[in-house]
Amino acid sequence: MFKPVKIMDLPEEEMILPGTRLCPSCAPQLAYRFILKALGPKTIVTVPASCMTVVHGMQGATPVKVPVLNTTFETVAASASGIVASLKNLGKDKEVTVLAIAGDGGTVDIGIQGLSGAAERNTDMIYCCYDNEAYMNTGIQRSGSTPFGAITTTTPINGKLEHKKNMGMIMEAHGLSYIATACASYPQDLYAKFVKAKEMKGQGLRYIHVLAPCPPGWGFDNKLTIEIGRLAVKTGFWPMYEIIHGKMELSKESKRLVDPTKRKPLEEYLTPQRRFRKLNPSQLQEIKKYVNDTWETINKRVSC
Amino acid sequence: MEDKDYPNAHKKILASIQYPQIGEAGKTGTWRTMRPLIHEDKCIVVKTGTHNCHLCWLYCPEGVVSRTIPPTIDYDYCKGCGICANECPHDAIERMEEGGAKACPA
Repeated sequence: MFKPVKIMDLPEEEMILPGTRLCPSCAPQLAYRFILKALGPKTIVTVPASCMTVVHGMQGATPVKVPVLNTTFETVAASASGIVASLKNLGKDKEVTVLAIAGDGGTVDIGIQGLSGAAERNTDMIYCCYDNEAYMNTGIQRSGSTPFGAITTTTPINGKLEHKKNMGMIMEAHGLSYIATACASYPQDLYAKFVKAKEMKGQGLRYIHVLAPCPPGWGFDNKLTIEIGRLAVKTGFWPMYEIIHGKMELSKESKRLVDPTKRKPLEEYLTPQRRFRKLNPSQLQEIKKYVNDTWETINKRVSC
Repeated sequence: MEDKDYPNAHKKILASIQYPQIGEAGKTGTWRTMRPLIHEDKCIVVKTGTHNCHLCWLYCPEGVVSRTIPPTIDYDYCKGCGICANECPHDAIERMEEGGAKACPA
């Protein structure tokens, strides 16, 4: 448990210069802004093909102040492992943080073999998945991280028929030292988690999964980005927790949601989003059951 | 390829290199359809003179709102998403239509 970060304690220096190529109201950009504030200038980032490649710009110029390596879709964890190995060879591995940041496609579908390999080797790096719940950059195709019932361009009739992969638990099975979930709507919490991951340097791979609402992909008004992310947490759809050396602890915002009566009704989160427009009552019950089951599992973990 | 043709090839980085630059995608302020306008008489930071809010700075994805008293918006790069107006607890940020008579509050 860490102390809440005050707004004035956050570093003022922007690591991403204004005038990026991303959509207005992009939550991954907001998350990335605070990730780089937490990790500081001595960071090397590696990104696969995703919206994160878009932010890094075209030939000649980039808005990001830290060194970034653009790689192919499946190699983000592998290339980060290579950077860690070469830093070790140069004797700079104590001072430089290596961050691999990939979207949900690059993490849960295409990049999972590289990530699993890096986790098995326990390479000393931070892996961040910013989860906008579909392949947004290529035109909203369904990914393994898309929730049940969501309409995408590849699931246009009934919505997705399968549930979201529980990536936190998959990574926990690798026996990592630090696993956390965060949401872009809580930048202070996100910042604190990345500072913690940075401080745990030398303890192998640290995995952080960040939920980042996407206005064009999820189908809501630009100004609601923060509110939708907040509702995802408050309805219990997105539990925020940390697992430090196998011990699970719920974050401040999610702690009181263990009691089902404290959770907001799930409809508040689902109705503003156009991707859930075709949800029928049985599908809604299925999502509610999924959320309840998730929380029961968490409950068992936290209470014992 | 002979080594003598490119003697320094091993020293060069054989990939494209990009350097940090403000406004990589041009003046993104031109994307804006709704202009956020800070009413200083309603802003809690200006009224109290202390750094006790700055939620507009916190939630701006682009990082164009300053953490100063009074807060200012860089209109060259503000994409006009409206997060600041939506998140302001004191409704001190109003969204005006870009261009035309409505843009001038006076």
